[in-house]
Amino acid sequence: MTDVLVVAEIADGKPQKTTLSAVTFAKQVAEGTSGAYDILAIGEGAASAAEELAKYGARKVLRAEIAGPYYAEAYAPTVAEVAKSGGYGVVAACASAYGKDLMPRVAAKLDAGVASDISGVAIEGGELLYTRPMYAGNVFGTLKLTTPVHVVTVRQSEFEAASEADGASPIEDAPVAPADAEGKIRVVNVETIQSERPDLAAADIVVSGGRGVGSAENFHKVVEPLVDALGAAMGASRAAVDAGYVSPELQIGQTGRVVAPKLYIAIGISGAIQHLAGMKGSKVIVAINKADPTDGTAPIADIADYYLRADLFEAVPKLTEAVRKLKAS
Amino acid sequence: MKILVPVKRVADPDNANKVKVSDDGTKVTSDGLEWKMNPFDEWSLEAALRLTEDVSKKGMKGDDGKPLDRIGEVVLVSIGPKDAVQTIRQGLAMGAERGILVEAEDSSLDSHVVAQVLAAVAQKENPDIVFLGKQSADGDSNVAGTKLAEMLGWPLVNYATSIRTEPGSDTLTVTRALDGGVQTIEVKMPCVLTSTDRILHPESVKNGVTPEDHKYPESEGGRYASLKGIMAAKKKPLEETTLEALGVTPKRTEEYVKFALPPAREGKATVVESVDELVEKLHSEAKVL
Ligand SMILES: Cc1cc2nc3c(=O)[nH]c(=O)nc-3n(C[C@H](O)[C@H](O)[C@H](O)COP(=O)(O)OP(=O)(O)OC[C@H]3O[C@@H](n4cnc5c(N)ncnc54)[C@H](O)[C@@H]3O)c2cc1C
Ligand SMILES: Nc1ncnc2c1ncn2[C@@H]1O[C@H](COP(=O)(O)O)[C@@H](O)[C@H]1O
Repeated sequence: MTDVLVVAEIADGKPQKTTLSAVTFAKQVAEGTSGAYDILAIGEGAASAAEELAKYGARKVLRAEIAGPYYAEAYAPTVAEVAKSGGYGVVAACASAYGKDLMPRVAAKLDAGVASDISGVAIEGGELLYTRPMYAGNVFGTLKLTTPVHVVTVRQSEFEAASEADGASPIEDAPVAPADAEGKIRVVNVETIQSERPDLAAADIVVSGGRGVGSAENFHKVVEPLVDALGAAMGASRAAVDAGYVSPELQIGQTGRVVAPKLYIAIGISGAIQHLAGMKGSKVIVAINKADPTDGTAPIADIADYYLRADLFEAVPKLTEAVRKLKAS
Repeated sequence: MKILVPVKRVADPDNANKVKVSDDGTKVTSDGLEWKMNPFDEWSLEAALRLTEDVSKKGMKGDDGKPLDRIGEVVLVSIGPKDAVQTIRQGLAMGAERGILVEAEDSSLDSHVVAQVLAAVAQKENPDIVFLGKQSADGDSNVAGTKLAEMLGWPLVNYATSIRTEPGSDTLTVTRALDGGVQTIEVKMPCVLTSTDRILHPESVKNGVTPEDHKYPESEGGRYASLKGIMAAKKKPLEETTLEALGVTPKRTEEYVKFALPPAREGKATVVESVDELVEKLHSEAKVL
C-alpha cells in the first residue's frame, strides 16, 4: 500500500494543468497498490486552488497558503513536513520547470531518491518501477528507487490530465514551515508571457519553425498564420530562438519544452537529436523542408510521418489557405 | 570570486541515437562514441569564465607573469574514472585554473552520490558559487545541483539565463527561465547555480569589471581552447582524490534494472510532393485535420 502526495502547481490562485498529470500518476500508483492519494495546494492562492483541486477524487486536499512569488526555498520545507507527517511513500509533481526546481530539494530533505521526468510507472509485486527517457529520448531506463520514500516528477506529455471525479475531497489546512535560506534569496520580479494561443504542453497541434524560417518577420508573416488557422500552439528550434526570431519560452527539445501533440508540424527544422528529444512522442509528425529527405541532412525525415519537400515560403502560405478552406467547409 | 564547476564526461550527445543496449538489457553501451564534456556543463563553465575575467585586459600579464584578465578562480571537478582527466584538461584549456578528479566508477554513481561528493568538495574548497549544468546529457536527470544546494544549505537558482554582479558585492542578480516567463532573483553567495543555453547570449553575464558594453560572440557552446590554452592546461594543477579521502560514504538511491531502445516509429516517412497531397493525407489518412 503506497500513499501518494501530489504537489500542486498554482498560478493566480488556480491549479495549473501540470498538476492534473501528476494526479493521473498518483491514481495509477494508489490503485495499483491499494493506497490513497492526497493533493497539496501550496503557495499564493492555495485556498482557492484547493477548492478546484477537491474535484479530482483525492482522499483529501491539503492547503498551505504561502504569500509571495514561488521560490523553492520557501516551499520545500512545508512540502517535506507534510510528506513526513502524512507518511507518504511517494511525493510527486509534474516535471515542469516548477517541479524540477522544487522536488529534488524536497527529496534531499526526505533522504529520498528521485525518479525524474518519468514517462510511465509499473507496479510489480507492490514495487514501483519507473520508466524514464534518457540520452535525449534514445534510451528508456527502468528505474527502481532504493529509498523508503520516492520523489517523482512526471512528464506532462505522457500522463494525460486527470478528469473530474464525483463528489468533493475534504480540505484541511497544513502547517506552513518557515522558509529556508531566509535573507539569502529574494524574488525581485516575475514576468509571465501572456499568449492568446494554447499552452505548448497541452495543445493538440503544435507548429514549430526553425532556422529555415529566416527572421522574426517571416515567423510573423509565414508561420503564425498557419498556427492560428489550426488553433495550434507555436514552438521553435533552438536555432530560431538563438537567432532571436521568437522568445525562448517557445523552444522545444532537450533544453526546452517537451511536447507530444496529435499533430506536430516542423517547418524549416533539420531535426537535430536535441530537438527530436522534445517532440518525438507526437502522434503524427509533418516536416516541411527543402532538403533531400534521403541524404541525411534533415534527420527529421527519419521520424516524420509525412515529409513535404518544398520551399517553406511557398508551401506554408498554401497550407494555411488549404486549412482555412477545410475549416470553413 | 571563486567558482566550482562540476563537469561530467558523456558519450557524444550529438550521436546519442547511436548508443546501444546490451542484449540482456542491463547496460547502455556507447562503444565507438567519443567522450565529450557534458554540453550543459560547458555552458556553465563558459558563464563561470565570463564572471571571473576582465576582457579589457585580455592577453596582458602582470610583473609576476600572471594573467591580468583573470579576476577570479574557476576550479573544475569531475567524478569518474581516470579517463575523466581529459574532460578536466579540456576545461583547463578553456581557461579554468585548477582541476580535481574524484575517482569513481561511473556505474557506482547516481545524482544523489554526485551531490554528496560535490558537497564534500564544496565544503573543502569554500567557493562563492557552485555552477553546475542543469542536467547530464546522458541520464537527463536534472537532480544533482538541487540536491547539492539542499545538502549544503545554500540558496539555489536553477536555469539561469543571465547573471549580473559587482566587484566586492556578495549578491548576484540572476534571471531564470520558467515554463512561461522569466523570474528575476537576488541571491547571496555562497550559492548554487545551474544554467540554460540563454546564458551564452552575448550580453548575459555582467561582472562589473568587463566593460558594460562588451558583447561576447554568438555561440552555441563554450569558448574554444586556443593552442596556447591547450599547452598551458598541461601545466595547470590537477589534484586526484577519492570518495574515502573526502570522507564520503556513498548512499545510492537509484538502481536501473533494465534499459531498452525506444520503439521505432512505424515505417518511413511518406514523402509528399505537394501541399494538396499533404492536406489530403492529413485529412483522410492520418485524420488529424
Ligand atoms: C546540449 C544541447 C542542447 C540543445 N537543446 C536544443 C533544444 O532544446 N531544442 C532545439 O531545437 N535544439 C537544441 N539544440 C541545438 C540543436 O543541436 C540544433 O542546433 C538545432 O535544433 C538546429 O535548429 P534548426 O533545425 O532550426 O536549424 P538547422 O539545423 O540549421 O536546420 C534548418 C533547416 O531548415 C531547412 N530550410 C532552410 N531554408 C528552407 C526553406 N526556404 N524551405 C524549407 N526548408 C528550409 C534546411 O534544409 C534545414 O533542414 C541543443 C544543442 C545542444 C548541444
Ligand atoms: N560524474 C559527475 N562529475 C561531475 N559533475 C557531475 C557528475 N554527474 C553530474 N554532475 C553535475 O551535476 C549536473 C546535473 O546532473 P544530473 O543530476 O545527473 O542530471 C551536471 O550537469 C553536472 O554539472
